[in-house]
Amino acid sequence: MMITLTVNGERVTRHVEPRRHLIDFLRLDLGLTGSHAGCEHGVCGACTVRVDGEIVRGCLVLAASLDGAEVTTIEGLTDSGEVADLQEAFVARNAAQCGFCTPGMVMAAADILRHHADADRAAIREHLSGNYCRCTGYQAIVDAVAATLSERAIHTPADAGRGDRTQEAGR
Amino acid sequence: MKWPALGYLRASSLDELWRALGDGAQILAGGQTLLATLAFRLSEPGTLVDITRIPELRGITVTGGVLRVGALTRHAELGRDALVARHAPLLTQAVPHIAHPAIRNRGTIGGSLAYADPAAELPACAVALNATLVLARAGGERRIKATEFFTGLLTTALEPGEIIAAVEFPLAGPSQRATILEVARRSGDYAMAGLAAVLDLGADGRIASPRLTFFGVGEGPVLAKNANAALEGRVLDAAAIAAAQAALEGDLDPPADLHGPPAMKRHLCRVLLGRALQSFTPATEQAA
Amino acid sequence: MPTPASIGLSREDLPNSYIGRSVPRPNLPKLVQGRATYTDDVVLPRMLHAAFLRSPHAHARILAIRTEAALAVPGVVRVFTGADLAKVCDPWVAVLDHLKGMKSAPQHPLPLERATWQGEAVVAVLADTRAAAEDGVAALEVDWDPLPAQTDMETALDAGTTVIHPELGDNLVFTRTATKGDVDAAFAAAHKVVEATFVTGRHTGVTLEPRSIIADYNRADGTLTVHQATQAPHMMQTVYAKHLRMEEGQVRVICKDVGGSFGIKVHVYPDEVAVAAMARILGRPVKFIADRFESFASDIHARDHRIKARMAVEADGTIIGFDVDDLTGIGPYSVYPRTSAMEGNQVVNLVGGPYDFAHYRCTTRVVLQNKAPTCQYRAVGHPIATAVTEGLVEMAARALGMDPIELRRRNMIRDDAYPFTSPPGMRFEGLSHHASLDKLLEMVPVARIRADQAEQRKKGVYRGLGFAAFIELTNPSPFMYGIGGARISAQDGCTVRMDPDGSVVASSGVTEQGQGTEAILAQIVAHGVGVPVERVKIITGDTLNTPYGGGTWACRGAGIGGEAALQSALALKAQILEVAGAMLQAPPESLDIVMGHITDRATGAERMTLHELGRIVYFRGDTLPRDLPRELVQTRHFITKEYPFAFTNGIQACWAEVDTDTGMVKLLEHWVVEDCGRVVNPLLVDEQVRGGVVQGLGGALYEHCVYDERGNLLTTTMADYLVPMSAEMPDIHVGHVETPTKESLLGAKGAGEAGTAGAPGALLNAINDALAPLGAQVLEQPFTPARILAALGRF
Repeated sequence: MMITLTVNGERVTRHVEPRRHLIDFLRLDLGLTGSHAGCEHGVCGACTVRVDGEIVRGCLVLAASLDGAEVTTIEGLTDSGEVADLQEAFVARNAAQCGFCTPGMVMAAADILRHHADADRAAIREHLSGNYCRCTGYQAIVDAVAATLSERAIHTPADAGRGDRTQEAGR
Repeated sequence: MKWPALGYLRASSLDELWRALGDGAQILAGGQTLLATLAFRLSEPGTLVDITRIPELRGITVTGGVLRVGALTRHAELGRDALVARHAPLLTQAVPHIAHPAIRNRGTIGGSLAYADPAAELPACAVALNATLVLARAGGERRIKATEFFTGLLTTALEPGEIIAAVEFPLAGPSQRATILEVARRSGDYAMAGLAAVLDLGADGRIASPRLTFFGVGEGPVLAKNANAALEGRVLDAAAIAAAQAALEGDLDPPADLHGPPAMKRHLCRVLLGRALQSFTPATEQAA
Repeated sequence: MPTPASIGLSREDLPNSYIGRSVPRPNLPKLVQGRATYTDDVVLPRMLHAAFLRSPHAHARILAIRTEAALAVPGVVRVFTGADLAKVCDPWVAVLDHLKGMKSAPQHPLPLERATWQGEAVVAVLADTRAAAEDGVAALEVDWDPLPAQTDMETALDAGTTVIHPELGDNLVFTRTATKGDVDAAFAAAHKVVEATFVTGRHTGVTLEPRSIIADYNRADGTLTVHQATQAPHMMQTVYAKHLRMEEGQVRVICKDVGGSFGIKVHVYPDEVAVAAMARILGRPVKFIADRFESFASDIHARDHRIKARMAVEADGTIIGFDVDDLTGIGPYSVYPRTSAMEGNQVVNLVGGPYDFAHYRCTTRVVLQNKAPTCQYRAVGHPIATAVTEGLVEMAARALGMDPIELRRRNMIRDDAYPFTSPPGMRFEGLSHHASLDKLLEMVPVARIRADQAEQRKKGVYRGLGFAAFIELTNPSPFMYGIGGARISAQDGCTVRMDPDGSVVASSGVTEQGQGTEAILAQIVAHGVGVPVERVKIITGDTLNTPYGGGTWACRGAGIGGEAALQSALALKAQILEVAGAMLQAPPESLDIVMGHITDRATGAERMTLHELGRIVYFRGDTLPRDLPRELVQTRHFITKEYPFAFTNGIQACWAEVDTDTGMVKLLEHWVVEDCGRVVNPLLVDEQVRGGVVQGLGGALYEHCVYDERGNLLTTTMADYLVPMSAEMPDIHVGHVETPTKESLLGAKGAGEAGTAGAPGALLNAINDALAPLGAQVLEQPFTPARILAALGRF
């Protein structure tokens, strides 16, 4: 069937088989290989993308159901500059190793920046608990998200004063 | 695995839905369970009928003395809705236990109830809150109590051609106490054992209408009749808790699973029962 | 000869001192922006997709395979059986000559007569999409004759048991006993003997990127190009050439970005060889990306051990010796070419590792089962040996009423005792157990924790502090594989060149799977040549474009690959300075290279840029002395010489709370001190260690490949096989002691497996410390709520 939707701000029209999930649609039909298929049964989070502004598991969405939808992938998120600071923090803290989970992790972390600006380390860990990373010990990822939240808080006076979240707990 | 070949239709109104629901068609709501199971290639799904854009199935309202939650209400919406927090706070408490944020952004309450996973939170909450499900079909609708809706392992009272349109919850009064507790290996996992506990606690400290409902320990939500009977009318104290724990033995028939044997699940249920009731005692409430 | 001091390895204040500095990985931006290239991202013209029918039985004869219906499925192009592939591909037998008496059966890419584990690939379907290939698999019809399955390793050697490969005579793959001293007499005379039976759960690696391969045979030039997520491209090149009857030079293996490996991707998988064989037959590219269900059923598993162990001590806590019986089940075949005997062998080599004691006896028996094959997985054998050793150490401390730290201090090999040969014969060049323990005690507030522990117990909250010291074997020499006949290089090379613009390109035989190999190579080369690290580009993962080498496993990336990079960088620098000397009419030894400039060594004055030197060499070579050597490209190889292996060491501490009503374990905090020799990049090493700890904690707490007694795998999804997630993992503090190896100038020993080696033992001890006042202990991993509650007698 034909669908028309907006992907990373660009309108695309494609014929899709109903059996195509969103991640295969993005990867195979649109060449957006930044999103990864890690388990294809909704557990690992490597395929996390935004649909109509909210993060979803790309492997648990039919592409055919997205006629008229707005989809943002890691490529679009990067190009928009929305999380350039977060991505820099990931690099600075070595919050990625093999990188296979990383685009999904960045999508999930971006959700924290948007909706949970006051998240502490425990809340960050909880919010990312559906995104599997086998390489890091998660700590660098939590550090990177916490550091970005702190930086943004400093630059947003109304939210300032929450203190430095970048300290390791227990220290 | 890749999904097997399937058909896809979108219904944008109930009328369209009734026309689409032919042989072999399956309802697709949030898809967070259905689509995951497709990857196992255990069945031929036939045609999926997407109901997510049917407006009649949406919305959260208080009407006629009940909280009506449209079947398409997503878990995330349920978790942040002010009416839900006020009138059915158990649901607000339950949402963070359901999987992970990306799943909660898609999964719906109607889908969760219709799938009737025995370890899922919302079916247990519906039973604990004594909810009524509004089932719609071509040419009419009927209401059914949650306790009668869940009929067995992954089975419900839904008939062919019928869907869940909404769920109605009695409004929580000031004496209602509600909590949801579970023992899960990791955050967001299905519980090894869970408890949705609802009761009224009078000014005199006496329990009324207890509805302790366990999940993850049977073929569906398990309303603990014996334990509830043991609590009815008693002052909530250590003796009442012990009596309920003793009575619970007759309520449960948990299957063994990868987590452990039935005896372990019985033990966990006793622990959860104790913790839930303890949290309602005046001493604990004051400490909190 | 350069020394560590002369090249500034002890100084971090020099502009070019990149070694020892936390430099962000140059290849991270592409990962965080979704611009990496994993094998599945590669699409080739005329590419077909493979899917496999896998055995539903643990053990069954294949009576008939009917393919007509599959071939009729739209999109399906070809179906291949074992017999089809045997025409072009020779089977392999995974044994090593130096593992005396080892035996295994010939293995084909697809079996000819019998399936021997549930999940074994049996028939391949090729189609124009993966989905169509799976449709074809669903349409295949196979007649099976189910056979009795041998699944219990305890009965694998019993008379009358099912012998999985009758031609082998029995199910015993390998056995070895190491002995020292007189164990029986020493134990008989000991003040105390503690003993226990430990069980480690069968794990698997769960790389987030599944196994991935594209093989492309080009008839026009007779070459096979394989894009593969592998740790060892040159090893795979050899394997494909040998078994597909080609010359090694006709095979090229490319691995771009690899989504995690942990040892999973260093083995030869029959389904991957099948892909190469099918490409060889068809003359077109074939892609196979394992899906997650296939991963659980066919990636190598590991750590399926039962260990009966005892330890004898004097009244003062002196360890007299260890007596250990290890039994491990490895599936139906030893895995090619490293073999599945190594893990048990490592247990024999490593038990008691940190300690100085006199009497030792350790036996491993490696037996066949009808389950997925096991083989080397991160920290091969180490977490097992460490948990056994350290579990016994803390049991002894409890039995003696002694502080477990004090007992360790009394028995650890002295820091000035090296070189030291351990009872099982491991030669240690230099370790730092006491310094590491001291460092750990600076980090862990033991007194505060013990006070909190006592206070919490009064409230019915049970917390425990556990320690685990460990050694880790790294940088293997030919004594690991080469001596046994496997063509796995222990040597690695690096070629470094300077281009006309003064930038540097280094190609290395070691590979990157996320560890940061390319980052540390860039640092080392930048340091060695004298250029900004941004001016260095690294090439890895291509047999056609990198020096021959072993790849990245056993923590050899930094220790072997890093040293080759350093030596070749220094050689290039010397060559550049010779050219510069001629240009500047100065003795080369009076010059230096700093941040891309030729400088006067004495004054630091800049004399010319490398850019200018490059311009002259490449475009105006006519202006240079006619006979001046001007090869701005240098290659060096490195192999260890004195010691068969380097050893690292360290110690971990785990602080955990056990909910004695639910059996749930909450990880409160974790500490690691490790000595990986020279730390090239602390930022990378620390998160490597943390990742290793989390993987170790996962194995101890969650991960388990569960089979029923008939050999059916029950943990087939990510919802059943539990891996550690962010919410449950603690913050992990990492400290370092640095004892560089003298085998190399760089002095790096490797850091990838230390975390995994020690974490399960530390958690074992933390849980049992928490449970001690209740008279309970757990020894069987993973430490599930069910096992903890059972130990407590709660149900």
